[in-house]
Amino acid sequence: MEKITTHTGIGVPLRQSNVDTDQIIPAVYLKRITRTGFEDALFAAWRKDENFILNREPYTRGSVLVAGPDFGTGSSREHAVWALKDFGFRAVLSSRFADIFRGNSGKQGLVAAQVAQDEIELIWKVLENEPGATVTVDLQARTAVCGPVSALFQIDDYTRWRLLEGLDDIGLTLRHEPDITEFEATRPSFRPTTLPVRT
Amino acid sequence: MGKTLAEKVWDSHVVRKGEVVGAEAQPDMLYIDLHLIHEVTSPQAFEGLRLAGRRLRRPDLTIATEDHNTPTLDIDKPIADPTSRTQIETLRANCREFGVRLHSLGDAEQGIVHVVGPQLGLTQPGLTVVCGDSHTSTHGAFGALAMGIGTSEVEHVMATQTLSLRPFKTMAITVEGTLKPGVTAKDIILAVIAKIGTGGGQGYVLEYRGSAIRALSMEARMTICNMSIEAGARAGMVAPDETTFAYLKGRPHAPEGADWDAAVENWRGLVTDDDAVFDAEVYLDADDLEPFVTWGTNPGQGVSLSQAVPSPADFADENDRAACERALEYMALEAGTPMKEIRVDTVFLGSCTNSRIEDLRIAADIIRGRAKDPAIRMMVVPGSARVRLEAEAEGLDQVFKDFGAEWRFAGCSMCLGMNPDQLAPGERCASTSNRNFEGRQGKGGRTHLVSPVVAAATAVRGTLSSPSDLDPVPPSGSGTGAPGAFATTPSATPAA
Ligand code: SF4
Repeated sequence: MEKITTHTGIGVPLRQSNVDTDQIIPAVYLKRITRTGFEDALFAAWRKDENFILNREPYTRGSVLVAGPDFGTGSSREHAVWALKDFGFRAVLSSRFADIFRGNSGKQGLVAAQVAQDEIELIWKVLENEPGATVTVDLQARTAVCGPVSALFQIDDYTRWRLLEGLDDIGLTLRHEPDITEFEATRPSFRPTTLPVRT
Repeated sequence: MGKTLAEKVWDSHVVRKGEVVGAEAQPDMLYIDLHLIHEVTSPQAFEGLRLAGRRLRRPDLTIATEDHNTPTLDIDKPIADPTSRTQIETLRANCREFGVRLHSLGDAEQGIVHVVGPQLGLTQPGLTVVCGDSHTSTHGAFGALAMGIGTSEVEHVMATQTLSLRPFKTMAITVEGTLKPGVTAKDIILAVIAKIGTGGGQGYVLEYRGSAIRALSMEARMTICNMSIEAGARAGMVAPDETTFAYLKGRPHAPEGADWDAAVENWRGLVTDDDAVFDAEVYLDADDLEPFVTWGTNPGQGVSLSQAVPSPADFADENDRAACERALEYMALEAGTPMKEIRVDTVFLGSCTNSRIEDLRIAADIIRGRAKDPAIRMMVVPGSARVRLEAEAEGLDQVFKDFGAEWRFAGCSMCLGMNPDQLAPGERCASTSNRNFEGRQGKGGRTHLVSPVVAAATAVRGTLSSPSDLDPVPPSGSGTGAPGAFATTPSATPAA
């Protein structure tokens, strides 16, 4: 995973609450079996409308999404994060993220930065008055800066550390493999196994 | 201080406690007892394993089934849609390569992943269960800690049989009293979500308790736990009791002999201690509940069936008001329209929320001897091939067919429309599934979430209805479904 310390890019104001993962990427795109190439699927239903923000310049080059509260609710599909990343997004700002979405983001190197709603409103104003304005997301300082607005954001320490270090989750866990083996030896015999097959 | 059920299960699975770094504890490393896999969220995880040269640590704690993409007609023919076919074929190849048990289309144990685990007796009290699907919360009905995970986590579990997780907060949802006839588990959970909102459970494991929950069958408890995720919760649980043990006893993977006794003794301890403290508590009176239906485009936008479509002006919160406006537009509904006057085109009885044998029995009991509204299309999709077989042994398939409903093969089907079972744009559906999001059941489709009881009554009248709206059936045409092989506990959900 790539290390992220700070990112600066065009901010995209998405004035909408409760953006669920079915909107971020409709189910029909989940049939693919690769890990990349989902940029066309991002907000596919909304992008049919040529006035949808991601269809308009300069937002086609946006990399910081600034959304309303309850972003990423609904289905656990990680494709939502892949689609955002494949489109070019590196960070999403919202006052509230769905838990699974937040978890998926941290694992894929997408910064899910929790910013208070009144500051989101201020950032929206800047971005709407000045299309193409950039947002700088500084993971070190935990700030999102847009024009005159400098907002502190929340992100848990562990996710932040892993993003800063670019650490792979599985490798981190496997450092403790002996602990896993030891735990397995203590599991009660009545716990089920899927093999051998019993029907 | 005592512990809650969720904390007990958590604590017994901690492989390594998260170290405290600065002011913050790192996540705990939690052991996973059962990993369920399906074709949609696994291919990238298997690809990740292969790319990193890693092995699947515990094939014997892993099981796969085909459900999201599978057709529900002509299952003996090749899958027509090439991408669906590729996903299924990829799953088959991956399971072969990594030694994972797979229940494929045509197999008696194939079906929706959350129906298959419990029915095989693999879902048991006190386990940690995960699956790359948000409705994994279903398995919490057994007193398991069951969570939906993303594909990266799927890969993590494959490689390590653990997950790094932060402890959740706990919320008690206490439902006391007795449900009125025609009111079911689905109505309880829709009312809970309407009460706490689609974000109300965020960060929490919900524990459903109280006399109304204790009285429910396992199927009904699964319906409730299934939709915990629609309130934003990470998991939902019900403490195991005699109902749970009776359901499990004799199932293929339930413990046997001395193991059974040891298991039951262990399971009896899986209750929240009297002096345990929840981080939040919510109360609901079962006596007051009525059949609940949604009018909007998220599962929190629901009202009692006897009420009317709300108006944006009813909402004090600005975001809620805007959401209502948008939902009414998408749903093509006028504020003030009585819910019972809403005409639907399609009735879908299925999904991991309501496709178990009990759900089919309840619906069949209502339609038996009655005629379907001729304009309605009704699809009945059993949750698993096993449920389909059980239903056929009881003659339920004939009841549905006589009524004019389509009797399909098992799978997710119209719950999310990844296979050909979709709504046409503008089509309105009374659906026993769990999500009424825009386009979920087909582009432009309009979904009203309902219980199997309401689904069946709606298929008779053509408008959203409860059984109390139906004309009585002559005595010769009524009856109760014969109990199935595993129906050892009586249904607490009264058939109409
Ligand atoms: S039935 Fe619906 S909610 Fe359940 S697993 Fe399938 S797609 Fe998901």
